[in-house]
Amino acid sequence: MGRKKSRGRKIKERIRPKKVQANAPKQEAKHELKISAIGEGTVIDHIPSDATFKVAEILDLAHHNGVVSIATNLGSRRMGKKGIVKVGGKSLTQEEVNKIAIVAPDATVNLIKDFNVKEKAKVKLPEVVNNVVRCSNPVCITNSEQVPTRFYVLKKDPLKIKCHYCERSIGKDEIEIV
Amino acid sequence: MDFKNKDIISINDFSREELLHILKVTNQIEQKPKGNLLKGKILAALFFEPSTRTRLSFTSAMEQLGGQVIGFANAESTSVQKGESLWDTVKMTDRYSDIIVIRHPLEGSARLAAEAASVPVINAGDGSNQHPTQTMLDLYTIQKTKGKLDNLHVGFVGDLKYGRTVHSLAIALSHFNPTFYFIAPDALQMPEGYLDELYRKKVKYFKTSDLNRFGRELDVLYVSRIQKERFPDLLEYERFKDVYHVNNSFLQNVKKELKIMHALPRVGEIDRSVDSTPHAVYFEQAANGIPVRKALLALALGKLK
Repeated sequence: MGRKKSRGRKIKERIRPKKVQANAPKQEAKHELKISAIGEGTVIDHIPSDATFKVAEILDLAHHNGVVSIATNLGSRRMGKKGIVKVGGKSLTQEEVNKIAIVAPDATVNLIKDFNVKEKAKVKLPEVVNNVVRCSNPVCITNSEQVPTRFYVLKKDPLKIKCHYCERSIGKDEIEIV
Repeated sequence: MDFKNKDIISINDFSREELLHILKVTNQIEQKPKGNLLKGKILAALFFEPSTRTRLSFTSAMEQLGGQVIGFANAESTSVQKGESLWDTVKMTDRYSDIIVIRHPLEGSARLAAEAASVPVINAGDGSNQHPTQTMLDLYTIQKTKGKLDNLHVGFVGDLKYGRTVHSLAIALSHFNPTFYFIAPDALQMPEGYLDELYRKKVKYFKTSDLNRFGRELDVLYVSRIQKERFPDLLEYERFKDVYHVNNSFLQNVKKELKIMHALPRVGEIDRSVDSTPHAVYFEQAANGIPVRKALLALALGKLK
């Protein structure tokens, strides 16, 4: 039990600044609030900072009834800056994981049970992305007919995908989630 | 190689071997016309956008092979005006015909039509995206007039930004170790995406805005019209519409065997005086639409292998 609890705290530790000023207790309290642990749910970590709110949008968190914590521009040794999204009372479907992979290809998805990480997985960008991205070509048939979109991943970094229908290649910055 | 029931949607779907096979069958059908090969077969020609050459040559090809043609030449007289979706129009047509030819202003429409239909679908142009039968007749014209497809020096001049025939032909020729010369003002140059693809395929290419610069290098010059309808900004169109003019003075400094191609219609980009020179092959190119489309109809309907 004790060991499990310490694993739960580990996530907090990682994003706490290395040097905490002795005379700055207020700041630390704010930091704790920002990253408070969740009992049951999902933590999505290693999101590029500029994609943090995109992840919240993909998961439609504006309409989620449980606890939601969103933190962005957090220091990260690997990424420079990163975002974290914690969603209480929710586990992700494969479709949601695929959608997240489009905007955050290096994200990790942690399933939390009893304040502990029960499962940890990296998102994986599929080779074919079905019904996740809207085609940025205004004259693509998918923007006129009711048809699920389909894209082929041409390049993972930086992300480049190609529409199955109009054959237009679109880059990371043009990607709009359905 | 079996093309029965194969959809013809994008030049990107065809390998070098498949393209060569289509050209071989085209040549056979041109040498020995087969009058009743498609007797009893019905072609549905769904032209949601105006077309002269493509629609007439598909109709002529089908009728010369003994088949029949139904369909429409514009969307105004159809249920599309009542709001019917493309999917539903194709689903319905699928039951009335053995093969569908579609032209539609929206990109990707032919791919969607092929998914809706159980019969083979041939793309006769989906907006600025693809027009594969035009590319096949362009390849056939080059093969016929130059005697080969491999190792040619091919220039493209005019609107290389919006010109789908240019994009598709460049991709198709990339199977045949070409050298390309892209001749256009910077604003109308080949899109980066296509240049990236050519680079990946190790195709050698040069870019210039000067028509005369590589004149002596060229085996083929593919002239494209500056297409008014593709320009989002009419002022931009006015700036570029007369930028190139292929005329007799240009022909003073080219190889004797240079062939000049154009998908037509032309506006002012090729002088009429060029028509009577041995360089001009654009009317022959338009005529090649018939044997190529005959071959594709017969292959897709499984009547030729």
